[in-house]
Amino acid sequence: MTGFDFSNYNRNAALHAKGVPLPKATSTGTTIVGCIYDNGVVIAADTRATSGPIVADKNCEKLHYIAPKIWCAGAGTAADTEFTTALISSNIELHALSTGRPPRVITCMTMLKQHLFRYQGHIGAYLVVAGVDPTGIGLFTVHAHGSTDKLPYVTMGSGSLAAMSVFESMWKPNLDRDGAVALCAEAIKAGIFNDLGSGSNVDVCVIEKDKPTQLLRNYIKPNERGEKERNYRFPRGTTAYLNQKIISKEDMRKYVSVEEASGDPNLMEVDM
Amino acid sequence: MVGHGMTGMLGEDGIHVDMNHLKKGEVNLGTSIMAINFQGGVILGADSRTTTGAYIANRVTDKLTQVHDTIWCCRSGSAADTQAVADIVSYHLNMYSIVNNEAPSTQVAAALFQELCYENKDMLSAGIIIAGYDPKHGGQVYSIPLGGSLHKQPYSIGGSGSTYIYGYCDTHWRENMTEQEGIDFVRGALSEAIKWDGSSGGVIRLVVLTSQGAQRHLYLPDTGYTGPGVTN
Repeated sequence: MTGFDFSNYNRNAALHAKGVPLPKATSTGTTIVGCIYDNGVVIAADTRATSGPIVADKNCEKLHYIAPKIWCAGAGTAADTEFTTALISSNIELHALSTGRPPRVITCMTMLKQHLFRYQGHIGAYLVVAGVDPTGIGLFTVHAHGSTDKLPYVTMGSGSLAAMSVFESMWKPNLDRDGAVALCAEAIKAGIFNDLGSGSNVDVCVIEKDKPTQLLRNYIKPNERGEKERNYRFPRGTTAYLNQKIISKEDMRKYVSVEEASGDPNLMEVDM
Repeated sequence: MVGHGMTGMLGEDGIHVDMNHLKKGEVNLGTSIMAINFQGGVILGADSRTTTGAYIANRVTDKLTQVHDTIWCCRSGSAADTQAVADIVSYHLNMYSIVNNEAPSTQVAAALFQELCYENKDMLSAGIIIAGYDPKHGGQVYSIPLGGSLHKQPYSIGGSGSTYIYGYCDTHWRENMTEQEGIDFVRGALSEAIKWDGSSGGVIRLVVLTSQGAQRHLYLPDTGYTGPGVTN
């Protein structure tokens, strides 16, 4: 028997009904976006991963590799986006090998939607699929329940509303590469600053016709940690003392055996 | 999602969980769709709004889906469910036309839809209208509501917005309209549905199916749904 085992679901729901809190999965309260342009497609993501109210990772990667010219941005349950994209990437590679052709974005989108539909939304993966193939440029969203949309610009995740407001006010047809990258980065920044679930840096991936894919990791870092202006170190002699007593090494040899440490005496021994 | 955080899901024994009200928070097609017969074939029409709760996930959705050359369907209900069903029917009709070396009739397509919708009725929320043109039977309209029953109708309306236009359609419907009259009827009905139903909106999409094949129409709100408006 393959697939999920739901036997604990009933137990957990029963415990929950009796007042026990359910276990929580790490979800990526996220902003992810995508936008097509003249000669390719751009996708972008923020880099915050959260576990409830805690920032679990300040610089995680939400841009996933599917094929050299097909990439995926993931929102929802972190583990689910990671494993679904890895699975489809693997199957796409085998498919490309068996057909002897470069894989298509629509193929990837169909495999993802059929996989997610089979699991009826229990796999919490919300994805933006983008890429370039011999048929042209592709950009899709795939929801956890298996529905898909095809649009010139898309946003997903908890920051999707902030990001969409940027697209809806600034997007225009026939963008060039730099225009599309700037627009996507701006949309992610709107998510980073206006959505609690999103934060830290902007990752961008540019997939262009007849050019290698460019992954611009930390394309913008609008939240760099500043140098601390003060510290809590106190100068020697800050603490007053009433008396002092010096015990020499010679005195100590009367009670214990003392050996000189080899090498740099300033180095501390590290426990293994 | 999936009922986490809810407490009222236990059965009377306090152990077993009601599995029936799972699967919420998904993408919905709170919709206005319709299809009609006219002199030369059929016309399908739909609004373009897709919602997740209060958020419009897509304002230019295409709810008119091709399953064969001149057999199309209007989808309402869960986006994921109706896409999956349409994809499966599309696959079977494709196979049918290869095996039998002739295009399937609209009835065959409707029967396939019904099979899927009826046998999986517990797991699906899908209200589908099928409309097609084949040389033997001309234009035909079938509707499959939630339970999975199949109805052949002169015209059919569906989705949440349809409740507002039963009166409009009943008073304005005539048999054997011309193509232009048919287009005006569908456009008029859908613009009323969009006006009154909050879950419907965006543009009006039409597909006209005749012996000449399929032809798409687009009507934008900025011209009061009278034609393709300013597009830049």
